[in-house]
Amino acid sequence: MAGSVAPRSALSGVLPLLAKRIGSALITLLLVSVVVFTISGLLPGDAAQETLGQSATAEQVAALRHEMGLDRPALTRYATWLGGMLQGDPGQSLVANMPVRDVIAERLPNSLMLAAFTALVSVPLALAIGIVSAINRGGRLDRTLNVLTLSAVAVPEFLVATLGVLVFSVKLLWLPSIALVSEEASLWDTMRSCALPVLSLAVVVVAQMARMTRAAVADQLDRPYVEMARLKGVPFRRVVMAHVMPNAVGPIVNAVALSLSYLLGGAIIVETIFNFPGLASLMVNAVTSRDMPLLQACAMIFCGIYLALVLVADVVAILANPRLRAQ
Amino acid sequence: MSAPLHLSRRGLIGAGLASAGALALPGLVGPARALPRQGGSIRVAMQSSSTADTLDPAKGAMATDYVRHFCLYSGLTRMEADLRPRPFLAQSIETTDRITWAIALRRGVRFADGRELTSADVVHSLQRHLDPKLGSKVASIAKQFADVRADGRHGVIITLAGANADLPAILSQSHFLIVPAGEAKPTGNGTGPFRLADFRPGVRTVVTRNPEYWRDGEPYLDRIEIIAIPDEIGRVNALLAGDVQLIIAVQPLSTRRIERSSGHGILTTPSPLYTDLIMRQTELPTGNPDFVAAIKHLIDRPLIKRALFRGYATIGNDQPIPPFHPYYNPAVPQTVLDLDRAKWHIARSGLKGVRLPIYCSPAAAGSVDMASVLQEYGAQAGLDFAVNRMPADGYWSTHWMKHPMSFGNTNPRPTADLVFSQFFRSDAEWNESGWKNPRFDQLLTLARADADEARRKELYGEMQQLVHDQCGVAIPVFIHMLDGHDRRLKGMTAIPLGGLMGYRFAEYAWWDA
Repeated sequence: MAGSVAPRSALSGVLPLLAKRIGSALITLLLVSVVVFTISGLLPGDAAQETLGQSATAEQVAALRHEMGLDRPALTRYATWLGGMLQGDPGQSLVANMPVRDVIAERLPNSLMLAAFTALVSVPLALAIGIVSAINRGGRLDRTLNVLTLSAVAVPEFLVATLGVLVFSVKLLWLPSIALVSEEASLWDTMRSCALPVLSLAVVVVAQMARMTRAAVADQLDRPYVEMARLKGVPFRRVVMAHVMPNAVGPIVNAVALSLSYLLGGAIIVETIFNFPGLASLMVNAVTSRDMPLLQACAMIFCGIYLALVLVADVVAILANPRLRAQ
Repeated sequence: MSAPLHLSRRGLIGAGLASAGALALPGLVGPARALPRQGGSIRVAMQSSSTADTLDPAKGAMATDYVRHFCLYSGLTRMEADLRPRPFLAQSIETTDRITWAIALRRGVRFADGRELTSADVVHSLQRHLDPKLGSKVASIAKQFADVRADGRHGVIITLAGANADLPAILSQSHFLIVPAGEAKPTGNGTGPFRLADFRPGVRTVVTRNPEYWRDGEPYLDRIEIIAIPDEIGRVNALLAGDVQLIIAVQPLSTRRIERSSGHGILTTPSPLYTDLIMRQTELPTGNPDFVAAIKHLIDRPLIKRALFRGYATIGNDQPIPPFHPYYNPAVPQTVLDLDRAKWHIARSGLKGVRLPIYCSPAAAGSVDMASVLQEYGAQAGLDFAVNRMPADGYWSTHWMKHPMSFGNTNPRPTADLVFSQFFRSDAEWNESGWKNPRFDQLLTLARADADEARRKELYGEMQQLVHDQCGVAIPVFIHMLDGHDRRLKGMTAIPLGGLMGYRFAEYAWWDA
């Protein structure tokens, strides 16, 4: 009986929350777009000047500005962009002379693929390290893992990436030093190309997630109910999986969500070093060329994905935790 | 002061000879030169690639664009290593007064879509630069085309606004490559040695050999993939790991790493590329001639060459024509570091103790270090400089030429006339220092119209002297361009117009495996 009631009550508990969160997410996106638009307007130079570069003449800049519509007032430009967005059209890239949609469609799958590969490797690994570490708290294994994860957090990823290239590409010639992602590449080639970028990203992300997992699990292990369960003779493995994990899952999922959102926007250094055609370098590109529609679209995607991940994490935490579910 | 002057000159000649010898080496395979053969597929790593990548030669802004355009399109003329243009798509270029030029086009040349090249295409390709909406990088040069019209199916008549003997050299630039008429914007459909297979702005360009190229037996490579690795260390790593076979813009520090590898080599191109210190003549105190003279004597050129460029540079003499240029004037005395003389000029100008910011940026190669060196010597001579390091982003539009002292960077131009008229003529848009010299302007017009080479050399010689003595621009060194390549890639020689054989390696390189 209880089993059949719980999901319905859980859903009914979650649905209003979902609606509220999606509403506030939309407002956040709107605010972010205003901030991005305003701040990028403060940068020196505009798309016309950046396109013409050092060789710009006043007459050319004026003509190109008119062509790009940059001679209209800022408010009009923003309103036009927002109007397009509401109809699902992110507009035309000023610099690439292509619809923003097409530019992004080429890069987004690459970024998602890199993030997915990294998540696939790092999430199970991080959870395993975190749980093992928490269970053996104070033991030799825990201390070793602690030192390893702490040093991994401390090492900047460009160093990991550069060392990885030196060892695996230049010395051993095992893996390509640049990520050559293209349609004609086979799955094997793509995986080989992604190996070093995934490694560099995973080192940082695994360490962060493992630390958070360890803290969450350790915190629960100190609770009286764990002691009670053990005194009642429940096997330790079962205590951890059936009693500790559901309670620890909230903070863990949040840590995972934060780390995963980092995999998209924060991959910029890895994208640069491995020449990986992803979204983060596209956004930097949009900033340097002052390509406003493209920049806005990238900002919306990063912000949207971040909000979605946090929302998913909250929902998972609620559904996994019987006490939250009952509220 | 004459002894060190003499020494440094001799050293200069020695360095020039040594680098010339080094240049000849990569192309040689033992005593007998192997014949180029067809086949092979290479990947080339350039410096930058972005959504601004273009298939339009008129808009080419980066080396990556130039390389792509030279693969896909051909020009009316082609510049060789001796810096003299030869007819290319043109069969002949003739003129009697250097105002009206008659071009006879090569016949039977076809675009990638099979259409034959005609005079209409050439007229279209040259006239489109005059439309300000296009945003052509050479609009100011194209202004001198008073009239371009077809003369039959294979003839073109160009009438210039004023006599210019350099038209054939101007037409050899990538921006003037020929695109077909009747296309709203160029799509890669050209008469060049390669055809477009894939083009993704900011990601890569793939070209494959054009089997119907109008030059028999050329090109040699089957396929070239052009990508960009912005990080220099990453570029060198990719070369050493075998992921790319050719890279542009190697830093002097990395040359040893590449040369240690038995399978890789460096192509050194002494070029007229320079980073210059701009002293605005329209502002004070930089407009004071004594201040300019003092600064020119405060620059330690050998130190800049040695420390900043590891010797991969040619000592400059505050004028833009390098010693290996046919029009170079060796009679202009070399300015050297001379603290006493600088102090004397500073005392005479009454500017002792003046505090002044120097604007520099990674956008102008080496400028940050040059500013620091100048700051050191300035302090010794009683000038208080502040080094204002600006980000590369937005530097050209916000800082370049906008302060009393800033740094500029000028890429090689195909002719002496172009560099002088774009950067030194009184009314030039980028007259960096804002100097005005009627005699210089007059000489420039004279030299441009003159057909006699000896006379031109004399005129350009006098202009070098004028710029050296009076212009508010200090040019410490000319920077070599360094490319790294797999030793199996043959046929690579230096063309002093830019890296990768003046961006045209695709026409010459072949794979020996």
